[in-house]
Amino acid sequence: MKIQRWMQGVGSDFVRNPILMLALTLVLLQVLASVFANVISPYDPVEQAVEARMAPPSSEFLLGTDKLGRDVLSRILHGYRSSLGIAFSAVLVALLLGGSLGIWAGYKGGWVDRLVMRFADVLFAFPIILLAIGVIAILGTNTTSTVVAIAVVYAPIFARLMRAPTLVLRSADYVHAARSFGAGDLRIIVHHIMPNLMSVILVQASLSLSTAILLEASLSFLGIGAQPPAPSLGRMLSEGREYMFMAPWASLFSGLAILLASLGFNLLGDGLRDRLDPRLRGID
Amino acid sequence: MVKLILKRLLDLAIVLLGVSVLVFLMIRLIPGDAAQVMLGASGDAGEEQVRQLREKLGLNDALVVQYGRWMGAMAQGDFGVSIWTGKPVIEDIWQRIGVTAELTFLSLLLAVLLSIPAGALMAYFRGSISDVVMRVVTITGVTMPSFWLGALLIFGWAAWFPGWQTLGSIPSLTEDPWAHLQRMFLPTLTCALPVIASLARIMRSAMIDALGQDYIRTARSKGLGEWTVTFKHALRNSLIPYVTALGIMAGYLFSGAIVVEQVYAIPGLGRLMLGAIADRNYPLIQTSILVVTCAFVVINAIIDLLYRVIDKRAGVAA
Repeated sequence: MKIQRWMQGVGSDFVRNPILMLALTLVLLQVLASVFANVISPYDPVEQAVEARMAPPSSEFLLGTDKLGRDVLSRILHGYRSSLGIAFSAVLVALLLGGSLGIWAGYKGGWVDRLVMRFADVLFAFPIILLAIGVIAILGTNTTSTVVAIAVVYAPIFARLMRAPTLVLRSADYVHAARSFGAGDLRIIVHHIMPNLMSVILVQASLSLSTAILLEASLSFLGIGAQPPAPSLGRMLSEGREYMFMAPWASLFSGLAILLASLGFNLLGDGLRDRLDPRLRGID
Repeated sequence: MVKLILKRLLDLAIVLLGVSVLVFLMIRLIPGDAAQVMLGASGDAGEEQVRQLREKLGLNDALVVQYGRWMGAMAQGDFGVSIWTGKPVIEDIWQRIGVTAELTFLSLLLAVLLSIPAGALMAYFRGSISDVVMRVVTITGVTMPSFWLGALLIFGWAAWFPGWQTLGSIPSLTEDPWAHLQRMFLPTLTCALPVIASLARIMRSAMIDALGQDYIRTARSKGLGEWTVTFKHALRNSLIPYVTALGIMAGYLFSGAIVVEQVYAIPGLGRLMLGAIADRNYPLIQTSILVVTCAFVVINAIIDLLYRVIDKRAGVAA
């Protein structure tokens, strides 16, 4: 019931707020594109049209072809699937692991809190790219290690974010009341603390997805992300630079695709924050 | 004050200890036999070879013993040797880190020079239109892939300024400073642009926050103009949150520099580390991560401390 009302509130706000509408449209289109990549792609992303290498955008190849005569649009659609898939999985892992550690730390307090937060501090101390490089060096260059690398970067963010409000909520009157009725820790966390964290989670997840997409693209641009034949926007961009002066569209459009993906989630998170967190509205 | 400094130093020590333990565990976290994995890059390694490497890396001892030995060696300046060339890794790192550090520093400098006035102006002209402009610019800055921006800049610059040298070898700073800076200009711009927007935004909120304080009301009631109030009184007091954010941004800029180096073919630490991943040269990766991270932690702590010592009010507030 509570959730339903909350959804309606957000729903009506989407209609009223054009930026939020734009963000949601961008995000939905890209999610749909990545889910149905093999249905809507005009060509096979690895099929090479030898006679049409580096063909400029035309009605036959909407975004042109690359050095090997592969259709750029089809490759971008499949690239979306891989990039969004990796970013989603990584943020989900970070949220589940980091978030639960943060809630646990805030709820328990004491040495548990100190230990978890110290660990988060240590992870925060590493420049992001070095943390990711370290994880990839351990696990090798493949899709799974990209997911783990990005998750390790974001887990401490979620831990910190979940801890602070939990710390306040655990001494709220209604939590004391629930406890006096005999509710256990798990029940209190799931039923009384988590619902209050939903908006924070939603906003941060969306903003994190935005930067996780960029990090994934950076790693595959550097050649240490998902390896061929898995399609990847970052690697397409990197490869396209070799013939940037002859056929700029390959690099241009794959970069634009990364920008739009990141932008969509960023606008969504930003808009949701305005809508859901009244304390921040108008200040920043 | 002394108590605060001691507490900060303790925090620093704990974080450094944690960083060193994590970096130490890196090789030990490799799934399977680390020695086997390292030698795997060269093809088939004999059993004897693997045994020797394991012996050399001391992987057979208890973890605590290994950690103690590793730290002890580093205290004496021994950061390990490349598993391929036998050369001390720290030599390679020293050779390459300079240009990466320079790129990070130059882009930080550019970001500071542009973001402080930009943020202050945005606070001065706060209101609906400037806020919308700021939001669009900030979000574009945050979501712009730097390597794409770099590729576009190379492309555009070649068309507009064909005389500029944007790729190729880097002229020495001492021999030809102008050519050197010209070569570093686009990489610096590429690194700095995404960060300028975030920093300007932080500066703006800090300024607006400062403008709401009592001493500003006093300054205004003395009859000082809005311009003086904004740029003389509020600006100085906005620098505390700004400097704190600067530390985090320096980390971002360094991460950006590693990526941007690849775009502009700069032979820095990024290239060295990527090569090391391909070669599975773990001592090199380990030492690079450790040295850079510790440098960042220590520099941040020093800036933080200096700021608190200089500005006692901030120290009390913390």
